[in-house]
Amino acid sequence: MTDIALGRTAADRDRLLRLLQNYGVYVGVAVLLLVNTAFTPHFLSGENFRTQAVQVAPVLIVALGMALAIGSEGVDLSVGSVMALSTSLVSLYLGYGMWVALIVALLGGMVVGLANGSLIAFIGVQPIVATLALMVAGRGLALVLLPQLKDVRDPTMASLGSGDLLGIPYLVLIATALALLVAFVVRRTTFGRQLLAIGDSRPAALLAGLPVRRVLIIVYVACGALAALAGVLATARLSASDPTSLGNLMELSAITAVVVGGTPLSGGRVRIGGTVAGAVLIQLLTATLIKHDLPPSWTQIAQAVVIVLAVCAARERGKR
Amino acid sequence: MDHTAQEERAAGPSRSERLSALAQQHGALVTLIVAVAAASVGFDTFMTADNMANMAVSSAFLAVVALGMTFVIVTGGIDLSVGSLFALGGVLAAWGSRYGTAVALLLPLAVCGLIGLVNGLLIARARLAPFIVTLAAMLAARGILLSVTDEGSKTYLVDKDSFFATLGQGKVLGIGAPVWITGALFVVGAVVLRRTRFGQYVYAVGGNEDAAALMGAPVARTKITVYTVSGLCAGLAGALNAAWLVSGVTILGSGMELEAISAVVIGGTLLTGGFGFISGSLVGVLLLKVIQNVINQIGSLDSAYQQVVSGAFLAVVVIAQTWLGRRRRVL
Repeated sequence: MTDIALGRTAADRDRLLRLLQNYGVYVGVAVLLLVNTAFTPHFLSGENFRTQAVQVAPVLIVALGMALAIGSEGVDLSVGSVMALSTSLVSLYLGYGMWVALIVALLGGMVVGLANGSLIAFIGVQPIVATLALMVAGRGLALVLLPQLKDVRDPTMASLGSGDLLGIPYLVLIATALALLVAFVVRRTTFGRQLLAIGDSRPAALLAGLPVRRVLIIVYVACGALAALAGVLATARLSASDPTSLGNLMELSAITAVVVGGTPLSGGRVRIGGTVAGAVLIQLLTATLIKHDLPPSWTQIAQAVVIVLAVCAARERGKR
Repeated sequence: MDHTAQEERAAGPSRSERLSALAQQHGALVTLIVAVAAASVGFDTFMTADNMANMAVSSAFLAVVALGMTFVIVTGGIDLSVGSLFALGGVLAAWGSRYGTAVALLLPLAVCGLIGLVNGLLIARARLAPFIVTLAAMLAARGILLSVTDEGSKTYLVDKDSFFATLGQGKVLGIGAPVWITGALFVVGAVVLRRTRFGQYVYAVGGNEDAAALMGAPVARTKITVYTVSGLCAGLAGALNAAWLVSGVTILGSGMELEAISAVVIGGTLLTGGFGFISGSLVGVLLLKVIQNVINQIGSLDSAYQQVVSGAFLAVVVIAQTWLGRRRRVL
């Protein structure tokens, strides 16, 4: 009798943990929304939601690329530097029109991604080290190109940053479209299946004859392109190129969003819905602490605690 | 034919194996010697006593951080929190210096050592990924630092005449005190890693954790110890740096984890764990500092180029290492 009771408890515990990992992030977002509705003045206003959504968009776009990298059992530490690089490139090429600047910035990000991917796929360097080198060199390169902050005065850029369609800001529309696209790629395409198989076990994927190198290269090129796009959008929103501070600690926020959203660091699974919720959760957490006049230092400590809790939950599931 | 091949194998590693091991172990040293020689020919200002003394002292702080990092990386882990702990240690030391040298040294060691211990416990006992745990610690330590300094607005000064300031600014035989302290720590570190049972455990855990556990090595305790050591080293380096600058500067240390990791990797330690040298990390630090110094000497190049060159250098070293390592494994 006790055995049966114990067995049920263990099964319940497992199910609870799995639910916590898969849906915990949504519960977290819901709790933060309720707490804010109850205690934060002017929280339930369209203006506020708009501000929050616009702020979360660049983080989310970077996190989508990071989710792909983590799903392949990798990581990309260079995303913050790629944002800095793209903001520098935008300033340099804006004279030729916004579209030229945008394309050059995206190409810059893709070149960095290609370098990362080549180191990882062809030479066999660990992702954390390969992308570390470009994290260091990328920001330096950005500062070589544009040594200091520069105002961006371009009407098209300005409307990209602050304009909207039917009341929804362009930034939010772009981020949403990209999230849907990445979710579709992961779930419904051969590439997505190959990516998850590689993340599950690279040796097994190689033995099964999957194009491991090509998939890894595409993953890191996509990650670089998304980070560069986020850099362009952030530049448009701020109306300034600031290679010194743009994208600082972005790799941390992106990794946090992905991990909190239930994508395990050990690869083989990607949860895009969770990643979106994870990015929103971090944004709401920061906004809540700031709105209640808690110092920024608390935000960092809170974020650290959230990361550890999320990884703890993921570990329990991973062990089963 | 077979017979001789067997004899050769019995006699030890083959010629090419030994060559690549040698390149991995001393490649950084050879590069350092070439870089120093080229710099002293190219710049009159390089080989001056002032420049050398300055370079030695500014290398000392990074070297102490890299010392702790070497232990962590040899176990196959990584510690991203050292930059924050370095800054936190500096601020705590500057704040504590008003109560005497003992407090100025013990407070940062206690706090940073404790954070390192928590890192180790989460990694070894809760089995979380080192890179995520220390990332969280990096954020948390920066947060603590900000709340200690009123969100970074307050700077604590060290009394210039105190004994604590002498630890940073004093000189013995014309060489800065931090350099002596760092030298002593490296000797201790090298002896511990090479000649003690704990050092053997560190290599064993990094080589193959499961095998180490089967052989009876205390895997968890070894991991907890290396992260604590890394925290202590970062805290001490921060304290010495505060003594040298006679103030606790809050903005220091960001990016230092990358510099330390680069130095360790350039020094021949493998990020996959199980293989590495304390002396190599020292050479790695010196090489990074010489490159920075040379770039500073070329007046037209600024710190942005330092980052580009350091990053490119790291990439080249890692590629070379991966090739050498693969060769050794295949043979």
